[in-house]
Amino acid sequence: MELKEKQALEAFALKIRMAALEAIHSIGSGHVGGVMSISDTLAVLYGREMRVDPENPKCPDRDYLVMSKGHAGPAVYATLALKGFFPYEELKTLNRGGTRLPSHCDRNKTPGVDMTTGSLGQGTSQAAGLALGNRLKGRNNRVFLIVGDGEIQEGQCWESFMFASAKKLSNLVVLIDWNKRQLDGYLDEVLPMGDFVAKMEAFGFDTVKVDGGDVEAIAAALERTRNGGDKPYAIVLDTVKGHGVDEVENTAMNHSMPVTDERFANWTKELQTKLDALEG
Amino acid sequence: MTKVVYNGEMDPRLCKDVIGATVASLSESDPDVIFLDADLMSCSGTLKWSKTTDRAVDCGIAEANMAGVAAGLAAAGFKPIIHSFGTFASRRIYDQIFLSGGYAKNDVTVIGTDPGVTATMNGGTHMPFEDVALYNALPGATVIDASDPTCLQSVLRQCVNRPGVKYIRVGRKQYARIYEDGAELPIGKAVTLREGTDVVIFAAGIMLHEAMKAAASLEAQGVSAAVVDCFTIKPIDADAIAAWAKKCGAVVVAENANRHGGLYSMILEVLAERCPVPAACVAVEDEFGEVGTQEYLQERFGLTAAHIEEQVKAVLLRK
Repeated sequence: MELKEKQALEAFALKIRMAALEAIHSIGSGHVGGVMSISDTLAVLYGREMRVDPENPKCPDRDYLVMSKGHAGPAVYATLALKGFFPYEELKTLNRGGTRLPSHCDRNKTPGVDMTTGSLGQGTSQAAGLALGNRLKGRNNRVFLIVGDGEIQEGQCWESFMFASAKKLSNLVVLIDWNKRQLDGYLDEVLPMGDFVAKMEAFGFDTVKVDGGDVEAIAAALERTRNGGDKPYAIVLDTVKGHGVDEVENTAMNHSMPVTDERFANWTKELQTKLDALEG
Repeated sequence: MTKVVYNGEMDPRLCKDVIGATVASLSESDPDVIFLDADLMSCSGTLKWSKTTDRAVDCGIAEANMAGVAAGLAAAGFKPIIHSFGTFASRRIYDQIFLSGGYAKNDVTVIGTDPGVTATMNGGTHMPFEDVALYNALPGATVIDASDPTCLQSVLRQCVNRPGVKYIRVGRKQYARIYEDGAELPIGKAVTLREGTDVVIFAAGIMLHEAMKAAASLEAQGVSAAVVDCFTIKPIDADAIAAWAKKCGAVVVAENANRHGGLYSMILEVLAERCPVPAACVAVEDEFGEVGTQEYLQERFGLTAAHIEEQVKAVLLRK
């Protein structure tokens, strides 16, 4: 990847974080940790890998994103707003009565949101159904499924992984946001999940693990999922919950956090400094 | 006008064969129709056909995933029909069908076989008395207790193109024949099977046969009982119910389900708001199921013509 493209993707990821924080700050609190950990991946997906059109968000031949960890909605909304799916200012309606931007993703409310999620695990089966349906319709597109590491404690995920593998859904890419933490603390304390790579391989996925904070590594991993074949793909994203803002990263219980005026000012400044450095 | 041909005899068709044939023909005429099962294709009459098409998907013993996959298929432009036994097609997949299906506006038709006491030899673990209540609580859902093979065929055809989550509960075996072959039964419209003036019996599913037997017996005793088929439990035909209640002034409801949250509850809501008259029911008295023959279970849970007669006589005293 050329340096220029890498820097553009890194800048996009920073802007996603800033926009998501702006949305969350507008309502006072939200799922900051898991929004931050998945921002780099969203930047690569929407900045490089996915075929989507803000002017035609329902085009059946588009690539689909299923954000099964539906509480990362603000990260998706930030991404979509920056891509022009709806006005940037609308981000400040997050979670307000009548909004098109509810805390958890809703395909019937938000332009560009492909699936309704929030009850953890359910997005995995929906994504498998989408992938199967697209294949049966003869569409040459892909479904990108983002699951949380804690989410995979839901048994439904493993049912859907078995299914995707059995049906050879190579148009399905599962991205696991392995940020090590869930609501009540570290996965290893709550319910250890072991080796995700070994587990996904055992379930029949073509699996790689990458640094989920490195846009170049994510891009390379996604590029190899263009190859088709007879297996679904899994990418285990080694991430840090709260990645990008030191104070969030260093807050143990960062699943959901208040974003006060002071925090918002400090965190935005930190991100802006990084953005300025990138954009010279 | 729907032709009622009830004469107490059984329809020769097995409902599982009707499911199989109807699904296959729907799929043939509309490539967007797709059928999913959870290792029960042998029981839904679809196994043989499934080997000939890519529009039949066996999801294995993973009902929750099947419901979610169906939702995804709907989002991709398909009209999915899913099947399992009624317990699994309701309780086990409730959150999935509620959110991935109903809430997300992914339209799915669900067939739950062996409702209530028709689960017979599979026993209490497989005996859904609560499936109706669960689906009644799902906003926008259509809830059907099929009357006979003709009704099953008609509603299944309508359901694939009907928005929302549709739940059809039906036994796999034989039913008493109610309707002329090929009759169309519009969803949401109750059908009068027998005219009457003293009392109206609203019934659904296997209880129609019992209601008709009870009405014949009551006639011999000088009681004129109407029988109305409420195969659409939701949306309930409130106009028909209010009109019959007004005409007869007394109501008995007969259903093969828990008395709480099912057809009886739906009808009582209509009566309370539009025509408060004395009412009673023949239904399962808030119990779990158990194993046995259907004859034993109908007697055990009070789902017989004799029990309907008893309730009719009791409700007439309150008129």
